[in-house]
Amino acid sequence: MPDATGLELIAQELREAHGEDVVAETTFFRNQATLTVEPGSIRAVLAHLREQGYAFMSSVHGVDYYPHEPRLGVIYELLDMSRVDRIAVKLRVDSGDPVVASVTEEWPTANHQEREVYDMFGVVFEGHPDLRRILMPEDYEGHPQRRDFPIGGEPVIFTFNEGDSTGSSE
Amino acid sequence: MSPTEEPTLSEYRRREQSITLAPLHEQLEERSEGEGSTQELLTLNFGPHHPATHGVLRLLVTLQGEIVRDVKPIIGYVHTGIEKTAEDKSYWKVIPVIERMDYLSYYFNAMAFCTAIEKLAEVDVPPRAQYLRVIHLELNRIMSHLVWLGTSALDLGAISMFWYCFREREKILDLFEMSSGQRMHTRYFQVGGVIEDIPHGFEEKLRSFLKEMPSRVDQYGALLNRNEIVLQRLRGTCPLDAETLLTLGVTGPLLRAAGNPWDLRKAAPYSSYDHFDFKIPVGTQGDNYDRYAVRLAEMYESVKIVQQALDGLPEGAHITDDRKIALPPRHELATSMEALIHHFKLVTEGMRVPPGEVYSPIESPRGELGCFVRSDGSSKPARVHMRDPSFVNLQATAPMVKGAYIADMIATLAMLDPILGGIDR
Repeated sequence: MPDATGLELIAQELREAHGEDVVAETTFFRNQATLTVEPGSIRAVLAHLREQGYAFMSSVHGVDYYPHEPRLGVIYELLDMSRVDRIAVKLRVDSGDPVVASVTEEWPTANHQEREVYDMFGVVFEGHPDLRRILMPEDYEGHPQRRDFPIGGEPVIFTFNEGDSTGSSE
Repeated sequence: MSPTEEPTLSEYRRREQSITLAPLHEQLEERSEGEGSTQELLTLNFGPHHPATHGVLRLLVTLQGEIVRDVKPIIGYVHTGIEKTAEDKSYWKVIPVIERMDYLSYYFNAMAFCTAIEKLAEVDVPPRAQYLRVIHLELNRIMSHLVWLGTSALDLGAISMFWYCFREREKILDLFEMSSGQRMHTRYFQVGGVIEDIPHGFEEKLRSFLKEMPSRVDQYGALLNRNEIVLQRLRGTCPLDAETLLTLGVTGPLLRAAGNPWDLRKAAPYSSYDHFDFKIPVGTQGDNYDRYAVRLAEMYESVKIVQQALDGLPEGAHITDDRKIALPPRHELATSMEALIHHFKLVTEGMRVPPGEVYSPIESPRGELGCFVRSDGSSKPARVHMRDPSFVNLQATAPMVKGAYIADMIATLAMLDPILGGIDR
């Protein structure tokens, strides 16, 4: 892990390279470094970190910060295999218009994972080659992993009730 | 004419009309000799209910003769919303549902989740518990590889391997039953340690298993390593270089087979893995045979780790004595009011975990298994996410099998070792 100072240095470099407001926040919690960045700059930030050695993207996942706005978060876990060093990059978008640039072109591993975040949270990844639901049925309504999506009360789909409504309409 | 423009679409194809396969000209680009002169492509539905898919994986395959031109995996058939369910349960009740994600490596699922909570709550795990965890994790790794070996050999047509592998797997399950009372989904790992110390007789039984197991792996190797059919099906088929695998996020035996020795047990040791002497098997070609050989060799290494952990098993507590995290011992309840209060609070409300977010990766039999947990300070997690290696590794299917024969695709799927419970969660 970069230590707290290392994280600040990375943040400083990013600010110098991509403008003052690109890094919104740095968090160093339980020995884990997290950069919160401005959503529009995600591709530039990830490209910058890749040059610093964080060339392996181990995970992309979504978080719902309901009831706080901006509500939806996307976290990219980066790994530097030669220094065994991890850094997380986080961005937050408003639930009203959750659009983020897709990073699938540079990081092919993000393909399925961005689809999962889209499926579960409704974050739209602009430029994704194949943005479809991945785990839920195609005609499902709503994004079940959001915090205000209710648990239970859903009919089990068999052949005889296949045409009935699926999912809960928000 | 692309398959999606067919005027008469079958029912399953109509429902997934939005699935686009690669453009026709791309698929037809490289044509090898002797496939016939027609440009005809066939879209084949493969699965979800097919024994060779190792679960309910469904593939849409475009074939040109026998050659695979494009593959699209379709998943979600066993999606059970475990991540959502976890948000509605107190921390210690999450462990049983988490274990059911990747149903062949339940100790690993529990381990990833427990280490995440331990990081959040800053709990120290006693040395004995760490060693007990290593013993069970590595037994689980052998067990998972045995199921993989048995079913993969079955896919290649070798039915007897299946019985041999399941014979040894039974012995491991017997050991799990002895230590935890359950053969699968044992709920043995707890936040802060393990639920119970190993019982009398466990050590003896484990030692006899450890003595026997390397010779059993020798036997598997003797049956398969130089078997003409196995060699023809695996050697040189569907290789993928380490560079491409890394961009696809692939970890675990698949990456090691391509020559990259990345293993979290060595790179970032957790749970006392740095105390043990073991090697990381790597391949050179990155073909199916290397994938097979790496996993087979890993079984020897796991036996070595368990042996060392058992020999060096430290004395002491098997779970943390932090009463806000772990239940007090039963005998204290009769005499101590405080213990009773702690017991009551833990059983009714559950533990409270400081707010924050952590990502805790471990090395599962299939690669990096990371657990992301966000706590909001209450007694239930606000978000649990598993970065399941099967889910990420599945993306390597298409690059591996494009241009290969359909029979090689079956072998590659077997060597990929996807567990659909982990993919769909």
